[in-house]
Formats: sequence, structure tokens, C-alpha cells
Amino acid sequence: MRIPCPYCGPRDSSEFSYFGDASRERPAIDDPDPAHWLAYVYERENQRGPFKEFWHHLLGCRQWLVVERNTATHEMLGVEPAREVALRRQTSGKGGPA
Amino acid sequence: MSRQSNRLVTGGRIDRVKQHSFRFDGTRYSGFAGDTLASALIANGVKLVGRSFKYHRPRGIFSAGIEEPSALVTLRSGGRTEPNVPATVAELYDGLVARSQNAWPSLRLDLMAANGFFKPMLSAGFYYKTFMGPTRKSWMLFEPIIRKAAGLGAASKLADPDRYEKVNLFADVLIVGAGPAGLAAALSAGRMGARVVLADQQSLAGGALLDEPVGSAADAWLQAALGELATMANVRLMTRTTVFGAYDGGTFGLVERVADHKGEPDPFEPRQRYIVLRAASAVIATGAIERPIPFANNDRPGVMLAGAARTYLNRYGVVAGRRVIMMTNNDTAYAAAIDLVAAAAKVTVLDARPSVAGGKAAWAAGKGVEVIPGHAVAQAIGYTEVKGALIAPFDIATGHCGIGFRELPADLILVCGGWDPQVHLATQRGGKAQWRADRLAFLPTGEPDIQIHAGAMQGTFSTPDCLREGHAAGIRAATAAGTKDKSPDLAMPAFAIPDGDPGAGFAPVWDVHPPEALGHQKRFIDFQNDVSASDLELAHREGYVSVEHLKRYTTLGMATEQGKLANVIALAQMARLRQLPIAEVGTTGFRSPYTSVALGALAGHETDQHVRPVRRTPFHDWNVGKRCVFLDTGLWKRAWFYPEGDEDVNGAYRRETKRVRETVGMVDVSTLGKIDVQGPDAAEFLNRVYVNGWKTLEIGRARYGIMLREDGFILDDGTTSRLSEHHYFLTTTTAEAAKVMSHLEWLLQTAWPELKVHVTSVTDQWGGLAVAGPNARVMLAEAIPDVDFANDKLPFMGVRMGSADGIAVRVHRVSFSGELAYEVFCASGHGHGLARHLERVGARHGLVVYGVEALGALRIEKGHIAGAELDGRTTLEDLHMERMASKAKPYVGSVLRQRAPMTSKERQRLVGLKPVDRKQRIRPGSVLQPHNGPYAGHGLGHVTSTTYSPVLGHSIALGLIQGGEARTGQIVDACYPLKGDTVACEVVPHHFYDPEGLKQNG
Repeated sequence: MRIPCPYCGPRDSSEFSYFGDASRERPAIDDPDPAHWLAYVYERENQRGPFKEFWHHLLGCRQWLVVERNTATHEMLGVEPAREVALRRQTSGKGGPA
Repeated sequence: MSRQSNRLVTGGRIDRVKQHSFRFDGTRYSGFAGDTLASALIANGVKLVGRSFKYHRPRGIFSAGIEEPSALVTLRSGGRTEPNVPATVAELYDGLVARSQNAWPSLRLDLMAANGFFKPMLSAGFYYKTFMGPTRKSWMLFEPIIRKAAGLGAASKLADPDRYEKVNLFADVLIVGAGPAGLAAALSAGRMGARVVLADQQSLAGGALLDEPVGSAADAWLQAALGELATMANVRLMTRTTVFGAYDGGTFGLVERVADHKGEPDPFEPRQRYIVLRAASAVIATGAIERPIPFANNDRPGVMLAGAARTYLNRYGVVAGRRVIMMTNNDTAYAAAIDLVAAAAKVTVLDARPSVAGGKAAWAAGKGVEVIPGHAVAQAIGYTEVKGALIAPFDIATGHCGIGFRELPADLILVCGGWDPQVHLATQRGGKAQWRADRLAFLPTGEPDIQIHAGAMQGTFSTPDCLREGHAAGIRAATAAGTKDKSPDLAMPAFAIPDGDPGAGFAPVWDVHPPEALGHQKRFIDFQNDVSASDLELAHREGYVSVEHLKRYTTLGMATEQGKLANVIALAQMARLRQLPIAEVGTTGFRSPYTSVALGALAGHETDQHVRPVRRTPFHDWNVGKRCVFLDTGLWKRAWFYPEGDEDVNGAYRRETKRVRETVGMVDVSTLGKIDVQGPDAAEFLNRVYVNGWKTLEIGRARYGIMLREDGFILDDGTTSRLSEHHYFLTTTTAEAAKVMSHLEWLLQTAWPELKVHVTSVTDQWGGLAVAGPNARVMLAEAIPDVDFANDKLPFMGVRMGSADGIAVRVHRVSFSGELAYEVFCASGHGHGLARHLERVGARHGLVVYGVEALGALRIEKGHIAGAELDGRTTLEDLHMERMASKAKPYVGSVLRQRAPMTSKERQRLVGLKPVDRKQRIRPGSVLQPHNGPYAGHGLGHVTSTTYSPVLGHSIALGLIQGGEARTGQIVDACYPLKGDTVACEVVPHHFYDPEGLKQNG
């Protein structure tokens, strides 16, 4: 499997580490509600089909990426730096980013 | 036997000038360059080559390629021994040594053939029926005997002396298979200017064209194509290269047998090369493998695939038999019959079809081939080699022989039951293979991802059609890869190969049931695993309906060649038994590898020292000079201890520990993770990352901090120093350095992108030495004179810059040992100089150099936590650190760490342990159980760290135990069942040494 890193170009997946679901909303750092944090830390969909997930280009540019991948076929559908996704969420006023 | 009695004087693609001498089972033979071991053995009249897996039946050479099920040999000797190599793919070289397998005491006299008399016992499911349930224990008794009697070759236990390597390769177009379709594809894609890799598993390119006589029209086309390809710099032809797997993202696994055709690789040459190839598009032109038809005793040496006999004749100039009986159900077999007749053999073709009018049969008859329609081989005659056959009228509708069989003499029985397209690379990518009755074969239903299919692998069996398909596939592939056509002329080299589709005329024949009068000789389906038609019938009677279950129950298709000959026949027989169409019985999917791949090739150069990178600290050479014994921790070579005289680790660390407490010691702490944190929001960032507060830390001061994971458990600890307004120097434990770095990057990039902070790993940029002990201050004051070491000028947790003999250093007053201690950091390149300078100065102050074992002893005495306590399951409360956590601010893990089960005092919490009998030692990892029992399950907790304490004069330990310090004063048992150890221990506070911290602060 190859991941099209926006900084380094298409690179083998062995250069990346996986961090799962990127659709979860991280509670703001000062959110005191344990229910929000429990949902964020523990609840996962094991989704089949197109899926947005975090990959860290550990052995490359060390950037965290949001990669959209078809989990059934490993087709790469899109990739964006996680920072940009996070900034967009913040400006759209949706509380905690990512 | 005479020398190469079966070799023709002319013909073939061998080099008769280069004669190769070789040995098989100790006998010397000769062959030619271009031979395989199989072709050379046949040339020398050798028919008996091996013994079968279960029954030790004599076996010969059945095929001419990778599908060979029977002629498996062990090649070479010593560390280069390679078992289970098909003689049909082993290229001959001068001095080759091969041995037969699974025969004892010898190939010709195999006493284990007695297994054959117990055939009823060794039928399908033998292992399951015999060794499950009440008789299971007998497996222990019989296993060694059964393993010896049934098996393949044995691997060498010596290290392989050869090198293997691993490379990456990129291509616009990968073409798998250099047969007619693959070559035509390479021509068109190559002319368009695409970067083409054309890979073929054989030593020569040409595929099926290599079976055509030298000088024929097909051969002329082959030579023209190869000639043109050789002129294209953008086309790389890789022979002896198998594409064994197709993976995601246009990735393919290839193995190139660089030196398997030599006794030893040339200097610096690898034996094999594992290639990871990424292609934009791929033409799969993997061809087809001929399929046999089962008949009684069809495994006798001298029974062979019809196409294989043609290969031996036209490619190697070897006649496999002079008196030939051929059985077939289609027209493709006749080419072999005609060529054999031309080579002066007498050939009788038994065509199972009742009428052969209009096909190739008439043409063959005109060339002198005897054709008997509506007949089949009912049974082979001969034991260690074929002497003839019983032939009989055959009813194609029922698969049974009629009455009236007769004997025909023969030294070779050829069989052709159709062709199996090699759809492996397509099905590996999830494509399904579907039954096509008109081709009598499973064909791919579509082209998965970047694949384009061409030729026999999709059921196109006529050479001109393969050429046309390949030509079109090459254009499609190059276009898909984004190649702009640079060539005005894409026309194929003309071919003068007769058109026509020999695929027509296939009649289904899956089994030849002999006449009743002949009794029940075995009709083998999977030769290599000794699975016969009766095993399938048995499995069917016992209720097996799933193909996957059938495979596992009978072991069909599970040997080295993975059922390349057997799978389709077994499916068809299963369909007949179940009275279903073949399409409804299903097929099994194929997984990589296509053919077996040596583990050595996959490992490549990553062996011994090269399995992982080695990390050395900036003081490594200096440590080596001090006779340091190293300890591998993660990738690091850490200084373990520095023996004096013949000290072992116990002697050395006790001495080192004692000297640190008495005078002063120095230890290499460079392996600590070091992260540079810079930016105007750095303080805010640290404040969110650590449980304690960071906004009040002054410049020139350090602070100890603990980080939690998102779930509230402890991630790591370390000290972080503020070097300037916006610049912090963060340290982590050795073990968690990489994880902490990723964690910080994660938070900055995904959670708090608004924070203006940069983090950079500087672990390798800084070397660190810790100097600890009562004399540390006077020693460093002398070594680094521009720093004022007075207690009020450089207090505990103070940081100063200085110069040590001209080397710029950072001095951090922190203590892991409980002594007055400092950490001195310098740029890595100055490590050696700094160590020598401190050593020189330290000599006047009683300096001892100590290693990580003494470092551990000192910190356990002091009750400091380390990796064994920070095991990912402990909370702040467990380690008595909860008072560090700020209540005034949120931080990572602050909400979830407060869940009731994580703060409970009943959790396993940190305590100290002393053996009641002070002479005893406590083993790390011991399970803590109630004193004198009852011992149950995981007990009350476990011992995390242990050492001998020179200060106290006995063994001490840290442990995690239910209830923690509430048990102070209680006696518990530390149990180590693996060694039968039980040590009664007293629970004590975890600070054994200077609990008030007077020494480190003073």
C-alpha cells in the first residue's frame, strides 16, 4: 500500500504509523465532561468502505496526515495535512479540532 | 547405462560445447549448459528420481516446469543445502550435486515403501481419525516415526553462507511472463516509450515459444522480438525472476534467482534478490499449465505431461521415450505427438473423444501418429518405470472403461487433459475465477486494479491470438501509465505461425475408472501429497462438501506446488460426486507466493547485526576503551558495567554503586530522549502536556514532569529545563523517547494547531554524562571553572551554561541516584573530549565510572520509578505522584484519570520490599502472594525492580501490590514458580535511601 504524502509524494505505507479514526471530534482541552472524553478515546467504528484516518509519516516528514482510504480495497481517496483539517475545524467553530 | 543415450545429436537450446558434470545420488552424469537437472537426468536415462510423501511409491519426472510434483531433490550440501527443489527448475551447472528425498535406505530399495501396504490406514483424515479423542496421546509416541516415514527433504541446520539482497524498483508497465503475449506487450509498450519491466521465471525469455523447434516460424518470431527488445533502453528484461505476489497500490513482489544456476555466487554477488516493484500498470501474461488425467498407477516413473515431453524434445534435445502412448481429450496434445514421431519415436494417441474427425487428429495421423479414438489408458504397467499400459475403450459420459482391455508396450505414457490458466496474480487481488466449460478451465472474470490480462492466462490458447492480445495489452498498459505515444509504428513483427484455435475440442475427462477386472490401483490426483481419487470419494462419503474443508481434510493442494496440477481435477471430481456443475462447487482463491520463496531472500541483508540499526552514544568509543560491557536496550548499546579484573556484573555494579555513594561516579545518560521545544507558546504547550504547572518555571531552572496518555494512565516522565524565554529542553525516558515525540507532534498538529510551538528531536545531537556523589560539586567546580557550583548559585534543579576544557556544556543539577548530582550535556561531536576531561579531573576526587546496572541499583535504593514501574498500566496514584497533578488547569488525561477505578486505594500501588531472611534475593517479575498462601491466580501484585543494596547490605525490591502502603509491615511471599523460588518479604516504604532528600539538595 502506498500513501500519497502531500509533502513527500507517494511513499510506502511502511514509512507511516497508523492512528485510526480521524472523524472523531476531540473535546476541547478544558472540557470537563468525562462522557465526551470516553467517547473520544474509546469509541470506534470498524468501518468498511471509505474511511478517514490518521497516519503519521514517521520515517519521512513526520507530519500527521488525514488519509481517506477505502478499507475494503485499500484505494486511496484523498489526503490532507492533519494540521489543516484541525485549523479548518477551529475556524468553523466546531469546538475541538480533529 | 550409456552416456546421454536419450540426447539427440542436434536441436534444442542447449550449448553442446559446454559440458557439465554433475552427481545425482552419488552417480556421476554429464549434461550441457542450458539443461535443467531434469532434462539432463532424462538424457542420461534416469527415470526413478524420488519417493512419494506418504506411501514411498517410486516417482519420476512428471513435468518440465514449476508445477513439478514428484521430482523433488535436495541440491548442494552443507550450509548451501536446499531441499525440495523441483529438478525441472534446477538449472544444471558444472559440479552440481543433488540427492533424492524421502527414500530409506536408498532410492531403489526403499524399505519405507511398506507404508504402501498400510494404505487403507493412511487414507484421508488419517491424522484426525487416529490421533484425536482418546488416542490423542499416542501422537506423542508415533509422531517421530510418522514424521520420518512421511515427509519431504530436510533443511540444513548450518548457516547459509550466501548473501541475499532487497531492492526497490519502479516501472510504468510491469509485464509478468515473457511468452508470446508478454513479449508482444513489451514490444508495443516499449515502442511507445514506457519504462517497461518484463519479468519471466525461466532462464530464457519466450515461454511457450521455447517449446517450438529451433528454426521454426515461431522461433523466428521469438528471435526477432528479443532482438528488437534488446535495442530498447527503456525495456528491462529480467529472466530467472518470479513475480510471486500482487499487492495494494501497484506493488508486486519479485524474486530474482541471481546465482542459483551456479554452485556458488560470484564474489559480492547475492544468491537471490528480493525486489519490491511499484508499477503504474501491469500486463499479466502468466500463461497456462497443462493438466493431467488420472488413471490407475498414473504416478509411475515414465508418466509425463504431453507438453513436457515436447519441451524436453525441442528445448533440450532429449527424447523422453521411444515407444510412446499418449492419452488426451483435446487437440493441443497432438503437436507433441507429431514432434516425437519426427524424432523417430513410435507414438499411439488414445483420444478419449469418441470421434476426432475434423480436428488435429487427422493431421497427426498423416504424419505417422497412430490415433485410437474413444480409448483411454486404464492402468500403467511397471513399478520403478513404465513398461507399458493397459488400454481400454472409454465411455466419456461416465468416465468408465468398457470391457476388452489390452496391453501395449511403452516406455513413456504422456497425458494431456487440458490447460489451467495461471490466474494467481488476478485472484490475489480479489478477482474471482469463474468456470468456463468451453475452455474447460477457470478464467479470471475481470481485471483487478492496475492489471491488464493477456494470453493463455485468460483462456486464449492460440499463439497468434496471444500475440494480438499481448500487443493490444501493451498499448493499453502504456497508455494507462500516462505514456505519450512516441512511436509512429506500432505494428507487430509479422508472424508466420498458423492461425487456429486449439482450444476448441476440449471434452471433459476427469478420471479414468479402470475395468472392474483390474481391481483398485490408486489414481493419483495430488502426487506430492499422495492424495488419490479414492481419498476424495472417502471425504465425500464422510460428508465433506466445502472445497476448503476438502483441501484440509485430504491435504490436497497443500504441498510445495500448491495443487497447480491437482486443484481443478479435485474440484471436477467433487462436482461429479455431488452431482453438481463444476461452477457451483466453487474454487479456492490463491494467495501469494505463486511459487515458494526462500525466507533468506525476504530477509535480504537484514540478518545478524543488520536486523536493526544499532544506536551508539557519543561516548561509545570512550566506553569501549574503558572495557565497558554493553547491554542492548532497544536499539541502543548502553554501558552496562565496567569490570575491574575478572569481576562479573554483580561484583562490578556493587563496587560502582558503593563508590558513587562514597566519593563520586560518572555515567553515560545520552540515551535519554531529548526534545527541543521552542516558540512563544512553549510554556502553554508544556502546561497542557504535563500534569504539573509550567508557567512559573524561571529561565535557568528545571522541573520534573509526568505526562499522561489521553486515557489518564502515565505515559512517561522526565525533567524539562527552561533555557531562554521561548526555549525549553525536554527529556524523556530512554524507552519512551520515540513515543513521546510522536505524541507531542500529534497534539500540536491535530489538537492545538493554534499553538506557536516547534518540537525537534535532539537525542542524537546531545551527549550526556551524569556526575553523582558527595564529591560531585568539587570535581565539577574544577572541571567547569566558569560555572559557580555553590549551593545557592546552582541549587537543586538549576541549569547553567559553561565551558569544560573549551567544550560548551549545559549543566543541569538533577539527581536520579539520590546523591548530589549534575547532568552535563555537550554537542555529540565533543563527547569523547568531555569524557576524557571529566575523567582526568575526576581522578583527583575518587571518580568511578558506572554503568546502567549501578544506575538502576542507585535509583531503586532511592525509590525512583523507571520503565518497569511506568509499564503503561499505572496511574499517578499507583506511584504516589497524585500530589504533582495541578488542580488549577486541564492537561492531557486530566478528566479520564479521575475515574473512580483509577484512583482507588485498592489498586496495586508502589511499595518497597525487603527479604525477611536478608541473605535471600528477590527475583524481578516475582508474583506477590499472601504469606504462606493461599496462592491464587495473579496474586496480590508483582515485583517490578530488584537489586542488591550495598548501603543496606541486602537485596531490596520495588513492587506493585494491592492496597500499597496500607500493607506496610506485612509479610508477603514473592513467588517465582519457574525457578521454584519463594521469598518471604516485608512490605516497606519505597524510599530506602535518604528519604528526606538531604543529600541531593545539600
